Amino acid sequence: MNRKSTGGELVFDIALMIIFGIIGLLFFIPFLHVIACSFSTPTEVVSGNVGIFPVKFSLEGYKNVFAKESLLTGFLNSLFYTGLGTVIQVSLQMLCAYPLSRKDFKAKGIINVILVLTMFISGGMIPTYILISQLHMLNTIWAIIIPGCVSVFNIIVIRTYITSSIPYELQEAAKIDGCGDFGIFLRVILPLSKPIILVMILYAIVGYWNNYFNALMYIQDSELFPLQRVLQDLLITNSGALGGTDINANEQLKYVIIVVSSIPLLVVYPFFQKYFEKGVTIGGVKG
Amino acid sequence: MNKENTLQLSQEDFISKPKAQSFFSKYKITLFLMTLPALIYIVIFHYVPIGGLVIAFKDYDSFSGIWGSPWTSMGGFQHFVDFVNLPNFGVILKNTLTLSVLSIVFNSLLPIVFALFLNEIRAHRYKRFIQTIMYAPYFISTVVLVGMLFAFFNGDNGIFTRLLRTFGYDGGSVMENPDYFAAIYVISGVWQGLGWWSIVYMGTLANVDPNLHDAAIIDGAGRLRRIFYVNFPAIVPLAVTMFIMSIGNVLNVGFEKVWLMQLQTNLSSSEIISTYVYRVSFPDFGLPQFSYATAIGLFNSAINIVILIIANKISKKVSETSLW
Repeated sequence: MNRKSTGGELVFDIALMIIFGIIGLLFFIPFLHVIACSFSTPTEVVSGNVGIFPVKFSLEGYKNVFAKESLLTGFLNSLFYTGLGTVIQVSLQMLCAYPLSRKDFKAKGIINVILVLTMFISGGMIPTYILISQLHMLNTIWAIIIPGCVSVFNIIVIRTYITSSIPYELQEAAKIDGCGDFGIFLRVILPLSKPIILVMILYAIVGYWNNYFNALMYIQDSELFPLQRVLQDLLITNSGALGGTDINANEQLKYVIIVVSSIPLLVVYPFFQKYFEKGVTIGGVKG
Repeated sequence: MNKENTLQLSQEDFISKPKAQSFFSKYKITLFLMTLPALIYIVIFHYVPIGGLVIAFKDYDSFSGIWGSPWTSMGGFQHFVDFVNLPNFGVILKNTLTLSVLSIVFNSLLPIVFALFLNEIRAHRYKRFIQTIMYAPYFISTVVLVGMLFAFFNGDNGIFTRLLRTFGYDGGSVMENPDYFAAIYVISGVWQGLGWWSIVYMGTLANVDPNLHDAAIIDGAGRLRRIFYVNFPAIVPLAVTMFIMSIGNVLNVGFEKVWLMQLQTNLSSSEIISTYVYRVSFPDFGLPQFSYATAIGLFNSAINIVILIIANKISKKVSETSLW
């Protein structure tokens, strides 16, 4: 579209850019402050001298943070849970979504109802807890991986993506060429679903990395704690979990911990931006 | 949907009529097997707990099990009556509704306004850059978010405490003050969600028919007018759908964030239904009251569903948009 820019339009454009620049900066200041504190000396942080730039640049916090054993355990546990959980979650959802996209799959109606009903009714906190405990999953990695590993909403988003962006004719062609249903899924659907698979991988990674609830409910054994459960002790509960005797250093260390634990996702998401924007839009329109 | 269905079926019959269908392809066993893992998960981890809701009407103890435990008095409704008669019931309900309604209002409205104006920025790269920044808070975990809040509102040296002091505030940590709990909860929620929840609206705005804009320009409409008369109506149906969905969850305030923000000192405004459920299920002292907790959870869901149905009815009448 080519519109002529009048003087008023130009003022409007510039004003918008300035306003959104300010909003963006305001939203980013918390990050800047945390980063600044993480690179400053404990004394400066505790005296409240640090704004959005480090004061008396120091890497002391970063040296100490890697000595925190519980944090390291949590980090490694979460890496493992996230890896395994993501594989399971994305596979189950893709496998389930494809048949539901097939118009000739007669059971799809009933399966759809079974799935969608769970979006409106649920057993809630305690019946689920009793189930997990009766399955002897308490204090096992499965209590972290399995509860919540399939999202009905995601299945609907994937199904919508497949029906709307992969021509049915391609599947028929593959069928004529002798492909079975699973063959079509592997050779036609999966390669053409790359954008939605990437979205689902991102969702799964974020979900597992940031999951706190499952650990709170089902895990007592601190060896199995995922990162977020460890962070609760370090950042919030404060029950001497930080160890050491230097209160100032502990206070400053919190900022380092926030940076270290959030960096993985904050580095990753911009690369997925194009994809998750699409995924969210599909979900919003059809969900 | 149905029309499409029959169309596709007949098409398939003509194009790829299989000569001799095997049992597997005739009944689509492969397709069914593919859905099976997810189905098994859903049945075990969603439907079995729904069955477990029966303990809301019983006095559950782990030895007798779900089915062996005795029913409660008052026709099984003892726990529900107990909850409603709780001295704190009013406060808990009020807190839940306050946090929920404020969140719904701000998290529904602000992303719409944000998207409508962000969409007007023509410098493509600049727009992308702003969006990237605005998404960042969404990727922060709840635990880290609350950790940041405690650090920023630290009574001695937190950056927000210092900021408040320049405006004449002279107390300790604001986190401990029940008067500020809702504000902190909602504002931090907006910080996390504004960019993210504007995505769907940006997507819809990108698909608005350019001809509508051209027609509006010919009619002499300026930028603001086109935002209100062309773009805004385009996103209303989606906004209404999202709004009904969130209203249907009005009593489901995020448990984790409130739980993590709770302190003894702010309980008077931070105790909500879900945190109370957790507290009576896993008390610091005394026995867990699983049945009572389940009854409260069920009470919660029942009200949610009723509200969802009412909201959907109203919306159907007023805006002709509805979920079903």
